Amino acid sequence: MGGVPVTVRVQREDFDLAAEVQALSAGRHDIGAVVTFSGLCRDEAGMLSALELEHYPGMAEAEINRICEEAVTRFGLQAVSAIHRYGKILPGENIVLVVTASPHRQAAFDGANFIMDFLKTSAPFWKKEHAADGIERGWVSAKDEDDSARDRWSKD
Amino acid sequence: MATVNLVYFAWVRERIGRAEETLELPDGIVTAGDLLAHLKTLGEEYETALEHENVIRVAINQEHVEHDEPIAGAREIALFPPMTGG
Repeated sequence: MGGVPVTVRVQREDFDLAAEVQALSAGRHDIGAVVTFSGLCRDEAGMLSALELEHYPGMAEAEINRICEEAVTRFGLQAVSAIHRYGKILPGENIVLVVTASPHRQAAFDGANFIMDFLKTSAPFWKKEHAADGIERGWVSAKDEDDSARDRWSKD
Repeated sequence: MATVNLVYFAWVRERIGRAEETLELPDGIVTAGDLLAHLKTLGEEYETALEHENVIRVAINQEHVEHDEPIAGAREIALFPPMTGG
């Protein structure tokens, strides 16, 4: 599967969904489906003023890259872009973007889903919550359902 | 004696009170699990940070490993809580 473009970025700045889709499919006539997933910061019914995202520089990029390459092989994707932000992120702002391309829609849907399930459980990022009153609410706990979502990909 | 570069993240970093350090390890520390057990003898901050040893994730040279992984030759060992990105 060499030659399939996989773009991974870990950055403080926001990203533009349309620009990323455009960059991934520009000049190509072989792509039939593009799926875009973006994850946003929720305010938890007004309780949350911000999320602070910490990451492990170097490993974060490497791990997301490993996950994307696995998805390319497993689903026959034609291109993948994944962007994860770090630093302080306010409610309504983007946190993560995954864009997958394939000849037909199912592979692109499954590939994006697979990448997100593994990204949540094995890419080295940690969220800390800031309450609406400005006080730190502490680190977000890992969820069992995220592990279950990841593990369903290993059942055949 | 072996020298290791350790990096910590999230609440492991906060509880230990530093983001990274270089330590000299005594002989007999073979696996990542041995390293965790040794760190817990170094002080209260380590004991608190690593109290629930089974939830602590370990990466060697920026790749996830299990606690039974040998650490010989590791350039960088990272300890951190379960991940919550995405």
